[in-house]
Amino acid sequence: MEKIKVKIDNRLVEVEKGTTILEAARKLDVNIPTLCYMNLGDMDIEHRPGGCRICVVEVEGRRNLAPSCATDCHDGMEVKTHSIRVLNARRTVMELMLSDHPFECLTCAKSGKCDLQSMAIKLGIRDIHYQGEKSTYKPDFSPAILRDMDKCIMCRRCEKMCNEVQTVGVLSGIYRGFEAVVAPAFERDLDHSECTYCGQCVAVCPTAALTEVDHTNQVLRALADPAKTVVVQTAPAVRAALGEEFGMEPGTLVTGKMVAALRQLEFDYVFDTDFAADLTIMEEGAEILGRLGKFLAGDKDVKLPVLTSCCPGWVSFFEYHFPDQRDIPSTARSPQQMFGAVAKTWFAEKIKKDRKDMVVVSIMPCVAKKYECTREEFATGGNPDVDYSLSTRELANLIKRANIDFNKLPDEDFDGPMGESTGAGVIFGTTGGVIEAATRSAYEIYTKKPLDKVDFKQLRGMEGIREATVDFNGFPLKIGIAHGLGNARKLLENIRAGKSEFHAIEIMACPGGCIGGGGQPLHHGNSEILKARQKAIYREDSGKPIRKSHENPSIIKLYEEYLGEPLGEKAHQLLHTRYFDRGREIVIEADVKEEQ
Amino acid sequence: MSAIKIKLRENDLQQLKEVCSSFNNEAGELINVLHKAQSIFGYLPAEVQEVIAKELNVSVAKVYGVVTFYSFFTMVPRGRHPISICTGTACYVRGAEKVLDEFKRILKVPVGEATPDGKFSITGLRCVGACGLAPVVLVGDKTYGRVAPDGVKEILKEYEDK
Amino acid sequence: MSENIKQIRVALRNCGFINPESIDEYIAADGYEALGRVLTEKTPEEATKEIIDSGLRGRGGGGFPTGVKWDIARKVESDQKYVVCNADEGDPGAFMDRSILEGDPHSVIEAMAINGYCIGADKGLVYIRAEYPLAIERLKTALDQAREYGLLGEDIFGTGFNFDIEIRYGAGAFVCGEETALINSMEGHRGEPTFKPPFPAQSGYLGKPTNVNNVETFANIPVIFNKGAEWFASIGTEKSTGTKVFALAGKINNVGLIEVPMGTTLREVIFEIGGGIKDGKKFKSVQTGGPSGGCLTEKHLDTPIDFDNLLESGSMMGSGGMIVMDEDDCMVSVARFYLDFTVEESCGKCTPCRVGNKRLYELLDIISKGNGSNNDLDKLRNLGEVIIDTSLCGLGQTSPNPVLSTMDNFWDEYLAHVEDQRCPAGQCKDLIRYEVIEENCVGCTACARNCPVNCISGERKEIHHIDQSLCIKCGACFEKCRFNAISVS
Repeated sequence: MEKIKVKIDNRLVEVEKGTTILEAARKLDVNIPTLCYMNLGDMDIEHRPGGCRICVVEVEGRRNLAPSCATDCHDGMEVKTHSIRVLNARRTVMELMLSDHPFECLTCAKSGKCDLQSMAIKLGIRDIHYQGEKSTYKPDFSPAILRDMDKCIMCRRCEKMCNEVQTVGVLSGIYRGFEAVVAPAFERDLDHSECTYCGQCVAVCPTAALTEVDHTNQVLRALADPAKTVVVQTAPAVRAALGEEFGMEPGTLVTGKMVAALRQLEFDYVFDTDFAADLTIMEEGAEILGRLGKFLAGDKDVKLPVLTSCCPGWVSFFEYHFPDQRDIPSTARSPQQMFGAVAKTWFAEKIKKDRKDMVVVSIMPCVAKKYECTREEFATGGNPDVDYSLSTRELANLIKRANIDFNKLPDEDFDGPMGESTGAGVIFGTTGGVIEAATRSAYEIYTKKPLDKVDFKQLRGMEGIREATVDFNGFPLKIGIAHGLGNARKLLENIRAGKSEFHAIEIMACPGGCIGGGGQPLHHGNSEILKARQKAIYREDSGKPIRKSHENPSIIKLYEEYLGEPLGEKAHQLLHTRYFDRGREIVIEADVKEEQ
Repeated sequence: MSAIKIKLRENDLQQLKEVCSSFNNEAGELINVLHKAQSIFGYLPAEVQEVIAKELNVSVAKVYGVVTFYSFFTMVPRGRHPISICTGTACYVRGAEKVLDEFKRILKVPVGEATPDGKFSITGLRCVGACGLAPVVLVGDKTYGRVAPDGVKEILKEYEDK
Repeated sequence: MSENIKQIRVALRNCGFINPESIDEYIAADGYEALGRVLTEKTPEEATKEIIDSGLRGRGGGGFPTGVKWDIARKVESDQKYVVCNADEGDPGAFMDRSILEGDPHSVIEAMAINGYCIGADKGLVYIRAEYPLAIERLKTALDQAREYGLLGEDIFGTGFNFDIEIRYGAGAFVCGEETALINSMEGHRGEPTFKPPFPAQSGYLGKPTNVNNVETFANIPVIFNKGAEWFASIGTEKSTGTKVFALAGKINNVGLIEVPMGTTLREVIFEIGGGIKDGKKFKSVQTGGPSGGCLTEKHLDTPIDFDNLLESGSMMGSGGMIVMDEDDCMVSVARFYLDFTVEESCGKCTPCRVGNKRLYELLDIISKGNGSNNDLDKLRNLGEVIIDTSLCGLGQTSPNPVLSTMDNFWDEYLAHVEDQRCPAGQCKDLIRYEVIEENCVGCTACARNCPVNCISGERKEIHHIDQSLCIKCGACFEKCRFNAISVS
């Protein structure tokens, strides 16, 4: 690679050809402010529309200022990142942005975590010299995501995630000029679109234009209601990220503190979604082995590969975009919903409560879970299996509001029986984890031999699409993994074309899996954070005494006491679901006026 | 959680499909397809955009994003006699704004909308390249040059029985 | 328009002289001779050099040397390249491209083919305004004829060179004059520009090297080969060779297209060719360069028109619109009018253009209503300069020109609006009053009958009265009064 020399703020730096001014400056620890720019390097997601113009710098010999995120260095280039001309321009551009933004910072959901707000602070904005009309749009309330486009600054990150990364295609820039904004087709609400509620738009939104629907008040009310028994479950990825909300290093595991906090919040039972993850493996694993058995016995009609089904964003995605393939995914419900179904039956019977007097709350790294628990098939007599789903961020807010000093909490253990879990359950939180957990159990059940090594390193990593072959007693089991719906689409298109050779595929809607979920603490474009969370998840796994789902004693007891066999009748009723054709349909209108 | 349904007449659907296939259903031809569709239907209602999106295999949001970007495309039906007032610079300095105001006053509709009876609609137009005749008004395909505000009534009179 | 000794027809050489629907007439006028010669006698490099030597600069606005542009695209290696003709003439008040396509479509086709040969492209696209039905029709006819004569298609002139042209339609977005926006639009996207580099010559239509020139630029190409680069360079000035077509409009006696050598002065154009100001009024300003050009004044009248002089004067060549204004035009209103245009045509992608132009417009609006302050004038200037300095594409980088140039050249007029709440030209509605001059009024009722809002009262043969609260300041009473009994103040 050709090396070039660049002078930035009078300091010389040598960089490779093709390096942008922004990157070169960072090498000198000169942090040019950016707003629309986003680079999730490990996931190959780079967004640099060059639209916000905050990162402009002065380049010697150039007529106008250059956007540093989108301008390559050339040899001998001289750059000034904080000349008076640059500072004035940057401040003016920022003031312009603020002049078209509601001044609601004190009450805004994003206050304190807003990139626009921190930029205003960084640039020392004390006055907005340019005032005028502000753009206003109709707010959009969906079951999971709130859109308040008055707060949109047109960074277009959400559009990038929705279209290019997730290939969901719900959002687009609309109109132009001052009216321009990002919206679904015909400015309909998200719940009238093909939105999967994956929440990746929320995860990257620099302001509060896109936020999750806040359910903390409902949960507080339930906790205050003496007639209700409130049960909480915590998803695997939450413990690897929650600490960030309290100033801890990314990748800090806070399982014990989280349990303690939930108990201080006065949840009656603090359980773990990891328990339900183990349960999912029992059902999904049985399904994989069942279909595989038929296939090996020569059944030509058996549907392969089996696709995982624990991610609600992914379920919506195939219901909308691949409804013809909806008999391929496993029918196993997600861990959240399995948990809810078991909590309101088996556990309800144990504590002798009517399901109506129980409230099941889930803490999820996810926005789509909010939508998933509202799906009609996950309710009995109008009473949902899971009542409220809170994001990791909402839990942090709840803890702060309850005056709990999180960092000083002791480590506590989950309650039994639904708090007992294995290492297999916890790795559900990262891409590759579900299929590794399934492989651990399926291998032992299929081969009837204990595993030499529990870790399947070939299934781990951050690459968008991965594949691996596992030797099942001479049978090469071909496994595929995709995270990010755009990657899932590629695998599905292969399946649709009959070109897929996989036996089982794990799919997670969010890049990185649940650790990168739409409900997690904001990563502000730093993909190192996701990698740290992933490491934490595997650390938690390796520290567990039991690491295979089918060895979880509480799970064994649940089947003995209540469910019978995996895929049995009771299991089918409580732990499995069905999928719907939600593809776009063109209906011919019978029109009598046609002939007139 | 039912599927999103799009209602359309059989005939219209067929025509639209033909338009799309005449451009090989290529996504890159979206703007050409929209031009064709608007020339058939007079405007681009949501249903038409839904079908085009499906046929060209692009998202509806994208189609809507394109339709709202270009001023030539409209989602509101135009009047039977669409009135376009040139608001180009030459027409502006020769008084087009007053002519436009007069049309709005007499027809009682804002720019971009049609009269309730669907007879007239008013749009502003960027330079039709007839600056020598400024200010210029187009009614349908007919061009009126050097229009003064007090000539507006007379122009409308021509369409009294049409 | 009367033919004038100062005019030379190069780009418009055939317009009005040959039948645009007949390829034979075009050929009889030396048409396709250049293409033939280039294909059979010159290497692409030699042909490109000819264009470089001619000094031709892009007529679409930027004034970038055409030959240099071709040379960059020529040198990029690629399996596929494209030639694009920008015929999305969006400047209000400019219609030279339409006239060329309607009057001489073959010259553009021939030039595009030559361009294709030079850079190694076998495909051309014309991006044309859908609002130009006649131009589209004639272009289609010409394309069919050229194919029929083997001047487009495969193995042109038996040289093994293939080239054909497709039409793409614009849909009403001024920003698509910017070449990256134009390319996005041709690909079926929103016409939002992208940052450069990469330039279209490196990565353009469908990611392939693409050369974009506008209609008038192309129309000059065949003549350069027919008469020689030296001949072309001998016309005009040293750094701006050849001629330029202008669309003269506004308060001028002879409106229409003119073609003059570069270096002609504004005075010659306005007073000799244009026949001076209409109705014997006083010349005030001429706006060149379309909506983002600047307003020049008396002191610029003797400046020779070329790319660099216009830039230096705070305006630009643009595509050649020239709007003449007289003493009745208020420069604050004019600036506001242009900003209204840019606000509507901004794509909305970058902050300074999306929000900044809106704020510029609002400041001008406040000033034109008499509510501005000196502080607002400072804001106008700072904001205008920042928009130019920070915008992503040519639209935002030039949109404040009308404001900054009118502030430079008509500062007193801004001050009058701000300090005295007065519009010297009497155009800003909110700052004027129509009143009946009682001693002149004879009570003829003409004003009352013509008032569109019926705000003038008075019996026949009695003095009339204007209700200021209802008056919309349309000026109808002023125009209709035959007794000089209405005053404007």
